[in-house]
Amino acid sequence: MAIDPGLKSELQKHGIFILPFEELYNWSRKSSIWPLQFGLACCAIEMIATAASRYDLARFGAEVFRATPRQADLMIVAGTVTKKMAPQVVRLWNQMPEPKYCIAMGACAISGGPFKEGYNVLKGIDRYIPVDVHIPGCPPRPEALIHAIMTLQRKIAATDLEAGRRPRWYDPQAPAEFPVPQYGAHDLEPPANREIWHPPRNYREVTIDEVLKKG
Amino acid sequence: MESIEKIRDDVLAAVPDAAITIVPSTPAANQPALLVGREQLYRVAKFLKEDSRYQMDFCSCVTAVDYLPKENQPGFIEVVYHLYSVERRTGPIVLKVRAPRELDQCEVPSLTPLWRGCEFQEREAYDLFGVRFTGHPDLRRILMWDEFTDHPMRKDYVPPADYEWEPTPHDETLERARAQGGVIPVTAAEEAKRK
Repeated sequence: MAIDPGLKSELQKHGIFILPFEELYNWSRKSSIWPLQFGLACCAIEMIATAASRYDLARFGAEVFRATPRQADLMIVAGTVTKKMAPQVVRLWNQMPEPKYCIAMGACAISGGPFKEGYNVLKGIDRYIPVDVHIPGCPPRPEALIHAIMTLQRKIAATDLEAGRRPRWYDPQAPAEFPVPQYGAHDLEPPANREIWHPPRNYREVTIDEVLKKG
Repeated sequence: MESIEKIRDDVLAAVPDAAITIVPSTPAANQPALLVGREQLYRVAKFLKEDSRYQMDFCSCVTAVDYLPKENQPGFIEVVYHLYSVERRTGPIVLKVRAPRELDQCEVPSLTPLWRGCEFQEREAYDLFGVRFTGHPDLRRILMWDEFTDHPMRKDYVPPADYEWEPTPHDETLERARAQGGVIPVTAAEEAKRK
């Protein structure tokens, strides 16, 4: 139900706030994002700097780094995810309660970065868990991480809680766990969660007909 | 630090059967090495550690190099040890030893009983190159997971087909992108699970 903005503003002057529950929920969620206290490589140093007094992540309500996934809302994957570490990262993600969000921080976490062709580096954590915000950079500046948190806040604020358009985690029947990859003889099994990850299109193979059809 | 020839002669005096060859280095590195036979490596290293003229009490680096077979010589894996003396402030003495590339014959005596610091570095060489160090107290993989069966720093290592190209691949990358057809191949384990 839409509220007349004029009436809303008038009532606010008298100390009366009228707003839908959706707005209240989203406002409270976006204003206290507690990240999981875990870093994997050099990006973690930038994350620590962002949380410290100079860049002061506390301004965005996200300064309480929790040392347990049970109390965390946000997973900042800060650094190179090796294939040996990937199952543990997915397990931590599974242990976080909904609603939960993920920021992939830095070139390695979003794609494998300079180690993309290596034998022991995962080519992006989005192969196994859904990522809300990707930050490029090697490592990204603290401002970039702050920008990612603000982007995430906008995303949370825009969450639609109307019945039928609710996010997946409002459905108690929806699967809440992401499959943890197993160590295989040559690679992780499976090499990606096929339900959430799709390999990049090879744009050289896109035919002119497809382009024209798309407009 | 004595010249490499003097070191060789001293070692030969102590270990007469050590089949030592001097491996010259590039002028820039200026670090010639002693190539020792596999059977004599332990005794040569023990001499260098315990002799009062050398006292090589610190093994700073253990690594391996993979040489593929050429038309006139078979391939081999070369294990390289860098020895320093903290006591005498000299070094390094570079010891090299060669083993066949075949996994079942790729064996080198471990120097962990002499220098405890070799333990993890020999595990790394085992993990990445498949060199088995006989006499090592705990030879397991150290970087890759235990279920892994390959040795990825070998030059004939084939990476798994989880290859991912940029949206606009070219040359060799384009060929691989075409061959893979835009999907990750289904692994045998996944195929079995579906059935």
